[in-house]
Amino acid sequence: MSNEWPLWEIFIRSQHGLAHKHVGSLHASDAAMAIKNARDVYTRRNEGVSIWAVRSADIVASSPGDKEALFEPAASKVYRHPTFFPMPDEVKHL
Amino acid sequence: MADDRLLFDYLLRLGDSPLVLAQRLGEWVGKGPIVEEDMALTNVGLDLIGQARLWLSYAGEVEARFAPAPRDEDQLAFLRDAGAFRNLLIVEQPNGNFADTIARQFLFDAWHLLALRGLSASRDSRIAEIAAKAAKEASYHVERSGDWIVRLGDGTEESHAKMQAALDGLWMYTGEMFAPDTTELALIDAGIACDLRLLAAPWRAHVDAWFAAATLKVPGEVWMQGGGGRGGKQGIHTEHLGRLLAEMQFLQRAYPGAQW
Repeated sequence: MSNEWPLWEIFIRSQHGLAHKHVGSLHASDAAMAIKNARDVYTRRNEGVSIWAVRSADIVASSPGDKEALFEPAASKVYRHPTFFPMPDEVKHL
Repeated sequence: MADDRLLFDYLLRLGDSPLVLAQRLGEWVGKGPIVEEDMALTNVGLDLIGQARLWLSYAGEVEARFAPAPRDEDQLAFLRDAGAFRNLLIVEQPNGNFADTIARQFLFDAWHLLALRGLSASRDSRIAEIAAKAAKEASYHVERSGDWIVRLGDGTEESHAKMQAALDGLWMYTGEMFAPDTTELALIDAGIACDLRLLAAPWRAHVDAWFAAATLKVPGEVWMQGGGGRGGKQGIHTEHLGRLLAEMQFLQRAYPGAQW
């Protein structure tokens, strides 16, 4: 058994942000300690109003080796961006 | 109006405890059990330094009302000798192991938050404002140190033994927290100071609850250090304060007036 505490990924929502953003990772023995440590490590300069902590082991990631199959097909499909439709001038905030 | 000399003395008491404890916590920098805890201890220390600055600069202003050569916060912090410090004895005790540091923090934090809440109702509006601001920080400190008491007390056999030993060793410094002397009694009567006698019961309830959760034993009756008006608040310190100050004040002593 490893003596290392598990790794946690920390997400912070800033004063003005709507979404939590990944800010880094840290070690903690459980969820409560992860939140406390995140507060002490990542919000010292008034960065946030909310913290999420996720066990790093629980994050499922795409494999870098699959990059071509996953993402390259989208590169040639510019028509998926909604920039081809002429919009009337009266429509604001698009 | 209360005597300014009494008020000055009282403000030193309020400022010196966080100042000295912050210096102790600063000694952990680079030596914490994990980097996250290293930062957390220092964050608490920085909170306490901020509070000490507010108390000591107010003390300096009060001193100016009666002393020909009043001192500012820096002079009060770095140019006073041990006998002129008015901090509680518990905060000057050495860091020891991590359990010793947590025990000291837990016993102090619980008292500190109660005292600050009491002071938020002070008739001296400046004291009330500083206390209200500091109480927000202290309520996080209380949560953190209580959390560690449970983790270590209810942890492994070894952590439990170390936590219990740490608390047993520091218990004799807690009596002073609740025993007002003539200075404090006069200011309590004036509605300025917090009545320490009223803090004993809620403090004990807090301690009992966390000790129970941590499977720790509350130490029995012991002889309390610093009672009877001869403790840290009166400038009668343990041997540890002098060495702490020698390090903290070194720069200003060796290079008077140095700035950067």
